[in-house]
Amino acid sequence: MKLNGAQILIKMIKAEGIDTIFGYPGGAVIDIYDALAKQEGLRHILVRHEQGAVHAADGYARANKSVGVALVTSGPGATNAVTGIASAHSDSIPIVVFTGQVPTGLIGNDAFQEVDIVGITRPCTKHNYLVKSVDKLASTIKEAFYLARSGRPGPVLVDLPKNILQAQIDFKEPGEISLKSYKPNYKPNKKQLNKVVNMIRQAKRPVIFAGGGVILSQASREITRLAKMADIPVTASLMGLGAFPGSDPLWLGMLGMHGTYRANMSIGHCDLMIAAGVRFDDRVTGNIEKFAPNAKIVQIDIDPTSIHKNIEVQCPIVGDCKTALKGILELMEDLKIDDLKKGRPQWLNQIQEWKSTTPLKYDQGSDVIKPQFVVEKLYELTKGDAIITTEVGQNQMWAAQYYHFNKPNHFISSAGLGTMGFGLPAAIGAKAACPDKMVIDIAGDGSIQMNIQELMTAIESKIDIKIVILNNQNLGMVRQWQELFYEKVYSFTNMENSPDFVKLAEAYGAKGLRCTRPDEVESVLSQGLNYKGTVVMDFVVDREESVYPMVPAGGSITEMLLV
Amino acid sequence: MKTNSYLLSILVDDEPGVLSRIAGLFSGRGFNIDSLSVASTAEPDVSRITMVTKCEPQIIDQIKKQLHKLINVITVNDLTDKKYVQRQLALIKVNAQPEKKADILRIVDIFRCKIVDVGLSHYTIEVSGDNEKHDAIISLLKPMGIIEIASTGSIALARENGKK
Repeated sequence: MKLNGAQILIKMIKAEGIDTIFGYPGGAVIDIYDALAKQEGLRHILVRHEQGAVHAADGYARANKSVGVALVTSGPGATNAVTGIASAHSDSIPIVVFTGQVPTGLIGNDAFQEVDIVGITRPCTKHNYLVKSVDKLASTIKEAFYLARSGRPGPVLVDLPKNILQAQIDFKEPGEISLKSYKPNYKPNKKQLNKVVNMIRQAKRPVIFAGGGVILSQASREITRLAKMADIPVTASLMGLGAFPGSDPLWLGMLGMHGTYRANMSIGHCDLMIAAGVRFDDRVTGNIEKFAPNAKIVQIDIDPTSIHKNIEVQCPIVGDCKTALKGILELMEDLKIDDLKKGRPQWLNQIQEWKSTTPLKYDQGSDVIKPQFVVEKLYELTKGDAIITTEVGQNQMWAAQYYHFNKPNHFISSAGLGTMGFGLPAAIGAKAACPDKMVIDIAGDGSIQMNIQELMTAIESKIDIKIVILNNQNLGMVRQWQELFYEKVYSFTNMENSPDFVKLAEAYGAKGLRCTRPDEVESVLSQGLNYKGTVVMDFVVDREESVYPMVPAGGSITEMLLV
Repeated sequence: MKTNSYLLSILVDDEPGVLSRIAGLFSGRGFNIDSLSVASTAEPDVSRITMVTKCEPQIIDQIKKQLHKLINVITVNDLTDKKYVQRQLALIKVNAQPEKKADILRIVDIFRCKIVDVGLSHYTIEVSGDNEKHDAIISLLKPMGIIEIASTGSIALARENGKK
């Protein structure tokens, strides 16, 4: 069968079981778009900016537990995609980004719309390729998908020169992938698993700390079972929200800079920490010297570089989280329950005390809407069942604190890179992957403007998403830092001059709603959530509300600012 | 914190961009490369990179793991605590005033070097050996007036019984 490079690309994407890709055409990829128009079975969603395409692919991957695909042209198309790629890299999200490139004969000549995107993205991809021969195209694409999803997942970029896309060959199915230099280690060392079980038996004040790796390896059931079997309370990083049910009595809430009081205090006082799929980011640990000072730490991670990178651990386990946790559970089955829960009543009482003396709190008066109130109402109205994406900043932290995630893959946020403008396109991707789910972007008035153009994508593609803007007319998180640490010098964080978001929504063809009074929050949310179509809900909230608790950067996580 | 010198022998896919991936890893994470030498091996499509890096002991572990994580890196062998042979090659152009010529020739003889170029007022000396030998001959030639030096990075192979 004679195929050209563009047709091979589409065939290989379909072979991966992918039904939707996100992209933007241009000169270097025009052959791919020609082939896209002449095929069926692969849906293409036209974004309005290449960054949006990559975030949408990211949202698709997270919601769908599969690989997301973005397609962009050479030069500026490729550079616009870089922020999206770096975001996915930070959060270990499997995506494959296809970039057009000038014909191989022109590479290096500073041709029109030429950039060395392979060079540019080398540090922010798991791996990348420049395809120099059409014979290698199919196998390279297959390898790219394999790399993106295996081991510690991540973004892979494939750069496709125009002449390769045009070249015709007799298509042959590529063989099985075997890379002599890449063999992720999924199976943990049995001896180490035994060690963990012994550590659990000896521990009086254990804590489980779940991260994005638990979600990626689909190990929620295992982590939940481990917690229940030995009565171990669970906390999670931003990436780990939903790994353990947020409504469970053993749930501590998120830890770290804006973690709950009880989660951070538990870290300070635990004698055993079982950390699964985490990398001990500085936003989690605060001052490393004072992080879990009394604890022995078990760290499970598929990536050996995550271990001993920031924190010294006593029991490292290199392997897949799910496989490792299953192994630990099997070993625990043979033990007496009493043996596993020694000292637990005192520990859980202590945690309960922290919870009741110092809960998450805000004061909803009758005049001004508190942003936390909006998120809490949203949780009630959606019964915690919606997929929530967020932008970055205060909106993200309030979403993490007040929406209680009971299931994995329901919280989608740019955690590592902290990319403003992520939430709207990610919501489009998540909704494309899960059309039957309610998908809501919790946004701020600053972030939403960073990729607001993607509203048009949602409308055009009939992808119905709900956008909840917590509009405090400020770049709130930076403002909060200025208030606390920069003598209230509010340098360029005032955002009073924003567009009228209701009119803006209407201009794009979406529904726009505004809410200014606390007693209207519930009805406006209901109206928006029940509307068939994309809605922008503009909640005018308290301008000066801050996110608490807060651990000042570099401080000990048990020393929190509480009001 | 005390820094040590480490000798790494890395086998990589012989592909464009591989060296850049390694160099980028070092610069991006703030690691240092002291010397570097790259060439093909007996196996087609495989190159050997021999690298000397100076760092604190706890960093070398992270460097090795990060190197190994690169898709094009096949093996990372830390030779530092093993038995190995190591060589580097240098060309040293030294001032050869008539009254110093005999001294220079004697040094060349003692170190079993070769004179590979002779001019009216200079010799160019080829030295092959380990680091110490290089340091020693350079310190002896310095008083004569070294004009310039070109030196390769270290290359090294583990001995048959590589454990110390």
